[in-house]
Amino acid sequence: MPKVKVNGVELEVPAGFTVLQACELAGVEIPRFCYHERLSIAGNCRMCLVEVKPGPPKPQASCALPIADKQEIFTTTPMVEKARKGVMEFLLINHPLDCPICDQGGECDLQDQAMGYGFDRSRFHENKRAVPDKELGPLVKTSMNRCIHCTRCIRFATEVAGVEELGATGRGEDMEVTTYVEHALTTELAGNLVDLCPVGALTSKPYAFEARSWELTKTESVDVLDALGANIRVDTRGAQVMRVLPRLNDDVNEEWISDKTRHAIDGLRHQRLDRPYVRRGGKLAEATWDEAFAAIAAKLATIDGARVAAIAGDQCDAESMVALKDLMTALGSPNVDCRQDGARLEGGPRGSYIFNPGIRGIDQADAILLVGTNPRTESPVLNARIRKRYLHGRCAIGSVGPVADLTYPVERLGAGPASLRDLLDGKTGFLEKLKAAKNPLIIVGMGALAREDGAAVLAMARELVDRLGAVRADWNGFAVLHTAAARVGGLDLGLVPGEGGRDVAGILAGCEKREIDVVYLLAADEIDTKRLGKAFVIYQGHHGDIGAHRADVILPGAAYTEKPGTYVNTEGRVQLAFRAGYPPGDAREDWAILRALSERLGKTLPYDTLGQVRARLVAVNKSFAALDQQEAGAWGGFGDPGNLSDAPFVSPIANFYMTCPISRASKTMAECIASRAQLMAAE
Amino acid sequence: MLADKDRVFTNLYGIHDWRLAGARARGAWDDTKAILDKGHDAIIDEMKKSGLRGRGGAGFPTGLKWSFMPKEVKDRPHYLIVNADESEPGTCKDRDIMRHDPHLLVEGCLVAGFAMRSHAGYIYIRGEFYNEAQNLQAAIREAYDAGLLGKNACGSGWDFDLYLHRGAGAYICGEETALLESLEGKKGMPRLKPPFPAGSGLYGCPSTVNNVESIAVAPTILRRGATWFAGIGRPNNTGTKLFCISGHVNKPCNVEEEMGIPLREVIERHAGGVRGGWDNLLAVIPGGASVPLLPKSICDTVLMDFDSLRDQKTGLGTAAVIVMDKSTDVVKAIARLSQFYKHESCGQCTPCREGTGWMWRVMERMVLGNAHIEEIDALDDVTRQVEGHTICALGDAAAWPIQGLIRHFRPEMERRIRARTEKLAAE
Amino acid sequence: MSMITADPKDVPHVEHFAFTPDNLAKAQVLMANYPPGRQASAVIGVLDLAQRQQGWLPRAAMVEVAKLLEMAPIRVYEIATFYTMFQLKPRGKYLLQVCTTTPCWLRGSDAVMKACQHAADGETFSVQEVECLGACVNAPVVQINDDFYEDLDEASINKVLDAFRRGESPKAGPQVDRQTSAPQGGLTTLRSE
Repeated sequence: MPKVKVNGVELEVPAGFTVLQACELAGVEIPRFCYHERLSIAGNCRMCLVEVKPGPPKPQASCALPIADKQEIFTTTPMVEKARKGVMEFLLINHPLDCPICDQGGECDLQDQAMGYGFDRSRFHENKRAVPDKELGPLVKTSMNRCIHCTRCIRFATEVAGVEELGATGRGEDMEVTTYVEHALTTELAGNLVDLCPVGALTSKPYAFEARSWELTKTESVDVLDALGANIRVDTRGAQVMRVLPRLNDDVNEEWISDKTRHAIDGLRHQRLDRPYVRRGGKLAEATWDEAFAAIAAKLATIDGARVAAIAGDQCDAESMVALKDLMTALGSPNVDCRQDGARLEGGPRGSYIFNPGIRGIDQADAILLVGTNPRTESPVLNARIRKRYLHGRCAIGSVGPVADLTYPVERLGAGPASLRDLLDGKTGFLEKLKAAKNPLIIVGMGALAREDGAAVLAMARELVDRLGAVRADWNGFAVLHTAAARVGGLDLGLVPGEGGRDVAGILAGCEKREIDVVYLLAADEIDTKRLGKAFVIYQGHHGDIGAHRADVILPGAAYTEKPGTYVNTEGRVQLAFRAGYPPGDAREDWAILRALSERLGKTLPYDTLGQVRARLVAVNKSFAALDQQEAGAWGGFGDPGNLSDAPFVSPIANFYMTCPISRASKTMAECIASRAQLMAAE
Repeated sequence: MLADKDRVFTNLYGIHDWRLAGARARGAWDDTKAILDKGHDAIIDEMKKSGLRGRGGAGFPTGLKWSFMPKEVKDRPHYLIVNADESEPGTCKDRDIMRHDPHLLVEGCLVAGFAMRSHAGYIYIRGEFYNEAQNLQAAIREAYDAGLLGKNACGSGWDFDLYLHRGAGAYICGEETALLESLEGKKGMPRLKPPFPAGSGLYGCPSTVNNVESIAVAPTILRRGATWFAGIGRPNNTGTKLFCISGHVNKPCNVEEEMGIPLREVIERHAGGVRGGWDNLLAVIPGGASVPLLPKSICDTVLMDFDSLRDQKTGLGTAAVIVMDKSTDVVKAIARLSQFYKHESCGQCTPCREGTGWMWRVMERMVLGNAHIEEIDALDDVTRQVEGHTICALGDAAAWPIQGLIRHFRPEMERRIRARTEKLAAE
Repeated sequence: MSMITADPKDVPHVEHFAFTPDNLAKAQVLMANYPPGRQASAVIGVLDLAQRQQGWLPRAAMVEVAKLLEMAPIRVYEIATFYTMFQLKPRGKYLLQVCTTTPCWLRGSDAVMKACQHAADGETFSVQEVECLGACVNAPVVQINDDFYEDLDEASINKVLDAFRRGESPKAGPQVDRQTSAPQGGLTTLRSE
């Protein structure tokens, strides 16, 4: 490895490193605005100037300069100091210096760097530039006078989001960052622009003037609005979730989150269930916990366990699911299911239902087949990862399933199971591409599995993977892309019908035929509640959404930000979310509700503390012991060859912005939908 | 004075036929195959020996530049790019080559392209030169029709295609990497270097960008020999050079002269002298807008070549001599250049984007004397905050004229400020 | 002149733009000048064709060019607003591009500019201040559409403009008795041939 000296200290750095990276390795901080490790190098802000020997007698932009052996780098010389102060002065002359009314205040790179490199007075006596603000849709607020033209936003939109809609028009001091035609970007990742903007030019529109960064309590959490399990930070003031920001996790979401993850949170304030309800005389009436539990106990007292059923929703924490399962077992009910969409994935082996190669595996894949999935709407951040892989080159990407603009070119290989069969039979050239690949990746979505012939499709995907030899010691290319954050956890905990038990379809049919008398909906809102017939419905959840409207008893639970929870993402990674605030009113943590109810029913669950519940998780499935880790799942027989339907694969996400009770309650998400519709109409 | 027989651009003024027949009569395309037969490296060596330094402004040795191209063509083709984006204020020499003797350039492209092992060349001509582009395109067509370009060009066995590419109004595209960006269909924003074009230029392929004049003189050099060219001018500043004399002279003109000719001689012999006589001279910008101006005292004796002018803290640049007589508002003259750079800054990097506008606005106040004396130093300081801190040389170019003004005309700037202050006090 | 950086609102609405067959053929010739997949290189040339066809460059034309060259429209908007020769608003039949950079200014471009501004009615003549046109030894210079009118003063530019008004095509180049860029009144070099 080449050796360089940074301020006289010698160190070895990997070849291909830039001077800036070498300085970071040496622990020397280099100020920067345009440089961002996940974007292409622009070198335009000139803040990262350093002195380099041998080299020209002027400072060099360290972000763009490759290191060379025996190079000497200086970051504190008068030349460097003067250069950086000069750049800072230039950045500030046309900057409005309106920090007191700027939402970026307190977390602004420009503000921070100005402390180190700014002057205490201005030598600029001319008028400041006035730049018209731009319309960038419901999520991104612009204040373009503050823009320092670092072009991070343009590079993010073009490179990561894959929507070439943002640019810089004009030139010189008149250059403006804009779409030119004033419209929202057609991306599901727009909120990241705000994070990337080093100044207050792009700020969060829904969060505008809501809070200052130093007033907020920051809590590490995990997103549940899709199955990626993006690492997030929940910022609260009092009980209120003010904003959600991404946390860095290279294995999962890098540092991006989707707009739903970030901006559906206003839904947490609306339509909340903050007290128990009991249906009396056909109407839901406020009740106490005692009354609610009494109503349930009275109903269950006369009913055989086989006539009771439970469905776990898509955003449940593992703790509440294991409690639900244990309660149902105690009641003698085998009718438990966590697959609201009817996905034909059984409880095992684990390799059959997780994204085996991990999100990170996408980076290593050299041919990708999408089966029945639109990753852009099902998990925008994962989709961006596929795009990143595409940009890196030499990766064929094909799709059997819905037609969609995925932001990268996709070879369309057909719509439904028959096309997948054709592919397997070598009738399209894509099989050869998969065979030629070292690490073929087959991503199977719920569009392929949540259907009558799902098990047969699964078997076919399995056959393909086997035929490609895509399951080896060092690679498992079989990847299930879930849409429900709770799903893998649910399957890990065995929330599937027990011996003789009914799945969701069976439960609903049973209700219609009056074979099921009581249904326990644990935050399950994505079923056809009309089919619940005359069944007595207990709804435990946090929103007055579809499930609650049909309920006979409502037990108010906690949303994901309001409880410590364990979630398992699509790749089988077990992650912990911490409590950022308490649920409203009388609402309680979900596992505790089930624990309390169990006691009232005389079937007391054997855990009293969170620690004990978590021990129970590990007892049920030891994968819960390995936090923040991911590996390919156990491999074995799965799938069920059978008749295939002619119906095309359809992505389960009809509307990206509204997929759960939280996002359906979000005004911001409604605005996003309206904005997108307007854009479509204009085209 | 340079003898007519030693002039390369014998149809500089378009008196004669610019087409192939006329060009051939003047000696162009005369056994070009023989030149190519010398081989790639021999041509480059000959160019090195001639001492030719790039005529676009920076004065980098042309042969050396060509030698940076890889010696072997691998998976990426090599490209010759000709910079015909002539936009440096004061400069209008390439225009005459392209409209009056385009075959010199076309032949030069073949020779240079062959030397650097390229099979394709692009000439990037500024968009405003519409008629010049027409002539050049016609010359290219004639050359193709005569078998001088294309497959087996001039019977040499070497294939060479030449394309004309028009710009659309941006001075910055004269910067070689901005030119490459523009040629690729993007905004003309200079690239970070490294990588240098010889390693990764047009479409990421090895490329060399040369000025029109540098390429156009190459065939003559190779025909008449490096020694002939090196024998003209002064050591390290050899050969002939096109000078553009504009401003306050009696007869502004372009002329081909010997490198190192005294400034005064160029002006008096060819441009009819300074308006009102030599003693009426105030200052001269000797090498296009980017270089600092010289007061008369230096103009009296200075020689017109790279090294002599560098010694006077200015430069030969494009050899565009802008003459200002004593009637000139010299602060205004430089302020107008500041406006030019502000207008032409691409906006990419901070010091230039912000600095050019700042400098121009202060300069406009300096014209009126609407400033404080200390602001002269502040302005000088700002120019030094721009200089050397930008991605390309436009920042330097914007800074230098102001630095030259302050260096040589500070008393005039102070006088205006004082006069205005006194006038205001009196009112 | 202030730079246009956003879709101008005060322009006639052009719903649809299509190249004439002739211009489409020319565009394809330009595109063929570059290696396969590098057709975006032709963007300036193709935009110029669109502008020549329409007289100015409406957004519909930029979108059409983007489609033809398989570019994102924003990339074409960037280009059209970066290069000064693109006219994003309609202009008069003759565009008077008056150079006022120092070499022209030293030789009286102020008076020429004034004359052009006086003539500019938006229909026959539009005027635009431009930076150095690269004909400095023939200063002051005005580019009128594709042609350079050189060695101007107030009287001679007015003569030229009058001729245009009459529907004539006045001779381009020096408006004094002079051979292109040679010194007026006789050559000092190249007399021997």
